[in-house]
Amino acid sequence: MRWIWIDKFEKFEVNVAAVAVKNVSLAEEHLHDHVPGFPVMPASLMIEGMAQTAGILVGAARNFQEKVILAKIGRARFSRLVRPGEQLVYSAKIVNVSEAGASIEGEITSRTSVGGKPVELEVGAIDMMFSHIDKNMSGMKFPEFNFVFNSQFMELFETYRRELNVELPEKP
Amino acid sequence: MAMTQEEVFSKVKDVLTTALAVDDDEVTPEARLSEDLGAESIDYLDISFQLEKAFAIKIPKGELFPENVFTNPEFVQNGKMTAKGLAEVKSRMPFADLSKFEQDPDINKFRDIFTVDTLVKYVMTKVNG
Repeated sequence: MRWIWIDKFEKFEVNVAAVAVKNVSLAEEHLHDHVPGFPVMPASLMIEGMAQTAGILVGAARNFQEKVILAKIGRARFSRLVRPGEQLVYSAKIVNVSEAGASIEGEITSRTSVGGKPVELEVGAIDMMFSHIDKNMSGMKFPEFNFVFNSQFMELFETYRRELNVELPEKP
Repeated sequence: MAMTQEEVFSKVKDVLTTALAVDDDEVTPEARLSEDLGAESIDYLDISFQLEKAFAIKIPKGELFPENVFTNPEFVQNGKMTAKGLAEVKSRMPFADLSKFEQDPDINKFRDIFTVDTLVKYVMTKVNG
């Protein structure tokens, strides 16, 4: 199974912010299982979508040399349900990034239509923190290879890195 | 303009109620971050970031929460901090009250020195120079 909850990057500014989108489709199994008879996008998977958007943003800040792990969700607030056919927009902004980790402010909106007119509606807000695990956990050893940024994520990022002309910093 | 201890405490309290999701009245000067307020390791980074923002200060790595103290055999032996270790910690953390820890320098109790008051005293040294 592919555990990837974003489809595309629309904006990517290293050390600053990223915007990714996710198309919500009735073809996806989880939509049917969450609330039987009433397909909606589970909030937990929107948190994962934000974590992937923000995690890649935090990873890029150090040219993917750190193992970036979601460590804390400070706040997660959802104000409306997201139905099939909508397009989720994950906007992640770096508040702080240091040698030890990073904090992020995230906003989720949805591109949909009301009465036949396209609109973008607020869905929620999520603040989260990431840990660079090799720099924490009391010096605990982790595998050398970067298991966080596997090929699924790097292929996605590479596709849009070229399109969006993203310049990565030098490896620390 | 110099900040008073009360002003610093009030802002530190705001940071802790947000970062640790605790109630206002739990944040007393004596409250220990881990033991009383439930802080876990990532929360210390969160607290550092939020203090930097709230007070417009820069907290260098290891200055507020020291590093590489416990991994040095000169500083820790048989689970106790040595006299040399204590001297090191005192010089690195002049803002912390170590009097209680000194009586029983069991390293498992080291985190108890991080009280709300320790944060307030640390921030005072940063904002008032």
